[in-house]
Amino acid sequence: MNGSVLVIGGGVAGLQASLGLANQGIKVHLIEKAPYIGGVMAQLDKTFPTMNCCICILEPMMIECYRHPNIEVHTLSEVVDVEGSKGNFTVRVVQRPRHVDPSRCTRCGACINVCPATVSDVFQTGFESRKAVYIPFPQAVPYAPSIDEGACLHFEGDECRACEEACPVDAISLGEREGVSTLNASSIIVATGLQQYDPTEMGEYGYNRYENVITSLEFERLVSPYGPTGGDLERPSDGKLAKRVAFVQCVGSRSHREGVPYCSGICCMYTAKEAVTVKEKHPDSEIYVFYIDVKAFGRDYQDLVNRARDELGVEYIRGKPGEIRENPLTQDLYVLYENTDTGEIGRKEVDLAVLSTAVLSRFENVSLAEALGVELDEFGFFRVEDPFLSPLETMREGIYVCGCSHGPRDISDSVTEASAVALKAVGDMRTAAGGSGG
Amino acid sequence: MSGNVSSQRVGVFVCRCGKDIGGVVDVPALLEYIRGIPGVVFAEEDAFACSTTGLERIEDAIRSSNLERVVVAACTPRTHEAVFQSALEKAGLNKYLVEMANIREQCSWVHREKPMEATEKAKDLVRMAVVKACLLSPWEDPEVKQNPNVLVIGGGISGMSSSLSLASLGFHVHLVEREAELGGMLRSLHKLSPTMRDSSEFLEHMVKSVGNNPNIEVHMSSKVKSVTGAIGSFDVEVESEGAEKEAFNVGRVIVAIGSDILKPQGLYGYGRDERIITQLDLEEMLKNSDISGVGTVVMIQCAGSRCDERPYCSRICCNTALKNAQILRELNRDIDVYIVYRDLQTYGIESSALELKAKKNGVKLIRYQDGKPPVVTPGGDCVAVRVFSPTINEEMEFDADIVVLSTPLVPTEGAPEISEMLRLPLDDFGFFRETHQLSPLDFATEGVYVCGTARSPKDAVESTSEGLGVGSKAAENRLGRRRGRGAAFAEINDKKCSGCGICIELCPYNAIRKDEFGVSRADASLCGGCGVCAASCPERAITMHHFTDDQLEAQILATVGRRPEK
Repeated sequence: MNGSVLVIGGGVAGLQASLGLANQGIKVHLIEKAPYIGGVMAQLDKTFPTMNCCICILEPMMIECYRHPNIEVHTLSEVVDVEGSKGNFTVRVVQRPRHVDPSRCTRCGACINVCPATVSDVFQTGFESRKAVYIPFPQAVPYAPSIDEGACLHFEGDECRACEEACPVDAISLGEREGVSTLNASSIIVATGLQQYDPTEMGEYGYNRYENVITSLEFERLVSPYGPTGGDLERPSDGKLAKRVAFVQCVGSRSHREGVPYCSGICCMYTAKEAVTVKEKHPDSEIYVFYIDVKAFGRDYQDLVNRARDELGVEYIRGKPGEIRENPLTQDLYVLYENTDTGEIGRKEVDLAVLSTAVLSRFENVSLAEALGVELDEFGFFRVEDPFLSPLETMREGIYVCGCSHGPRDISDSVTEASAVALKAVGDMRTAAGGSGG
Repeated sequence: MSGNVSSQRVGVFVCRCGKDIGGVVDVPALLEYIRGIPGVVFAEEDAFACSTTGLERIEDAIRSSNLERVVVAACTPRTHEAVFQSALEKAGLNKYLVEMANIREQCSWVHREKPMEATEKAKDLVRMAVVKACLLSPWEDPEVKQNPNVLVIGGGISGMSSSLSLASLGFHVHLVEREAELGGMLRSLHKLSPTMRDSSEFLEHMVKSVGNNPNIEVHMSSKVKSVTGAIGSFDVEVESEGAEKEAFNVGRVIVAIGSDILKPQGLYGYGRDERIITQLDLEEMLKNSDISGVGTVVMIQCAGSRCDERPYCSRICCNTALKNAQILRELNRDIDVYIVYRDLQTYGIESSALELKAKKNGVKLIRYQDGKPPVVTPGGDCVAVRVFSPTINEEMEFDADIVVLSTPLVPTEGAPEISEMLRLPLDDFGFFRETHQLSPLDFATEGVYVCGTARSPKDAVESTSEGLGVGSKAAENRLGRRRGRGAAFAEINDKKCSGCGICIELCPYNAIRKDEFGVSRADASLCGGCGVCAASCPERAITMHHFTDDQLEAQILATVGRRPEK
């Protein structure tokens, strides 16, 4: 079949959709905003409920996509305009400069060594710093540095060209400009993923005020063997091994004060997984989970919760803590709560508090929706026209959604939807071609 | 026999997997050891052998050092073998000439506290992998004829959804439904959340689309009697009521047989008082607007789920209860509706909105604790329900006109038969299990897929998506080549076979048959490569390719430090 499909977002859903299409012989343009593919899943430690290493599952997918003859990966790219209709979209894509040519780069690291600009490493959720020219993680695809213009001295008006001068193969070009390309696609799949709620505004939990109050995504980096601590749960304030940990559920979700009113659907399970991770490594740790309802609605999900609670001794306490306080001398934390099961008012002293923050829509959804000419819901997720009669379809024919682009969901459901939309996109292509027969 | 170990040029790549291997196993010592293994002409380490640069290094080494066999000492072949195979292919070497030594799961992970021993074990594993690699043979995946037709078993939502999507791609679909009507459980439902539209509207649309589609051949009131064969070519027999048996051939099979709702005999007085019903019974009443005289409704969640017998959460019951509670309140504001729950399983945007709307509409949510379920006393003027509310630390009592039990979805009766017919494993409760949760659309038998509530409880929207998802999988890779099973398959030497038939009995893939001379023949396209036949053959007439006796013997001898004598 001729023509191609545009997939927006290179996280697990976008990768799965791309592979599904490419394996049916269809050409795919995979558009990723970041310099690297992988999305949020690349930052996660393990999957639930199977407790597999995330990157070990994701990386083969990233590599297959990147090397697939039918898939063209466009990193640092954004869709700015879409014209036409189902079967024949014309898409304008702006590609920001990488400043490093991956085909020439030998990964010698000379540029990174000489770069004088250091910034907080977003991939490691700020626990480490990195240079302005960087590779975020060792399994990154494509595996070549990129230059972060926001951090680079050269783009702040400085004369610095240290990396360009150091590169032995002339792979770096600080003068590289933004490029605009026009792509044709018979359908478009939106897989923009999610971002996490920033709990700073919830002053009672002291996030950003107390070093040992972290978010669940930050926790993922701390327990990842590829993270800043090599997988040891060392708390931020003093590097002490955290053996008393409190997990606070529904931070910014199911809330009418701050954050969003909906349940994010995944926090209970990743918390069970995180609690099991700590307990398996250090059976003598004290783990508390403060929750409203335990949501464990997928296959084997309840098993994992039971394992955490009944076998490993994780203490589940019903009730959302009212406040977290810090002991200024030790930087230990006190979690103040009311147990709504018993009415008891209590206080737990812990080394580390982990906030299970709400799943939010990507902020880029707003501009993307405008470019695509489709609607968002009140929370910034892509709106589906009719969940029954036309599932995963937006208001504009030929544009589909999957994964967290249209609301929070777990990896397994995201991947299922990604395959589903791939099938719809193949159907469009056939309609456009007017062909028949398998 | 190609038993001359040193005749092959072997390259070994040791992956540090960041600190995951490198933080435990002494990689420099391991490399030094590897360089002394006969046959090894190249040995290097990498921080991440599976990264794009790692793979490029392997490709470069194959070309520059003329490697004939490759050993990767890293993690499990289950996740990464295909990645390294692709590197061999890119470098022009047959992809089955790579052997992995799992020095992560089997060394650094399990012996984290004993790095010395972990390193010694890694040496053993690599030595074993090298001797096996030397004995590996190249193998080309055979071309398989692909019948473009598809069998879909079950005409509920997910079955219709995959049939329609595949038919729209031009595939001919045989849709087999055991009932006289399409629709499955959808036919019993009143309205569907989140849109609150009549399920009949959706159902009619689907049934009409299926009926109008020339690519879908519906076999009504029919049962699949047998399915034999393998991906690309399955022979199917279908038995229909009052008709002759039909036989046809398909390339893919989709199982969408749905599930049942638990009838909780004896639980909370169910079966002893007709005012104690299930949510499904309530749907029927609402459909018929048959709620006159109902003043108080108490719904009890987790009735028969999240208990010892059925520890799973059935996912849809809280949403069903909220939906029906709201419908009751909308029909008649005077009806009091109480939902007695443990943990409210609302998730995501629509279902959270449903929860808020129900609360706004005056539906009362009352929590009960694990171990303190409500007590239902049937037989009086009203059904008495008593429940202890931890929220107010008091016992509450209700005089209910009807008590609605939110019971879980349970596997349908036909599941074990289909499971056996198609060699698909079931989970502990009898639902079909995928190969791995993160490849939710891949199953144990190639070319066979399961969707909808036959896999696990899910709602109508989720079932529709899953139907489309497996449709997509079924449409993939129709271009020939057999995948997945790789180079491991059984071959039977007819001169050695005594015709005892033990292998035929044991083969879980039904891949072995007796030929006209009474000796066993294995069909490589059906063989799953498990090796049970070869291990049990008294005549040693069966060769398991990729795991041959020679290869295994060499590995065993390598562990005890000797070389096979030839």
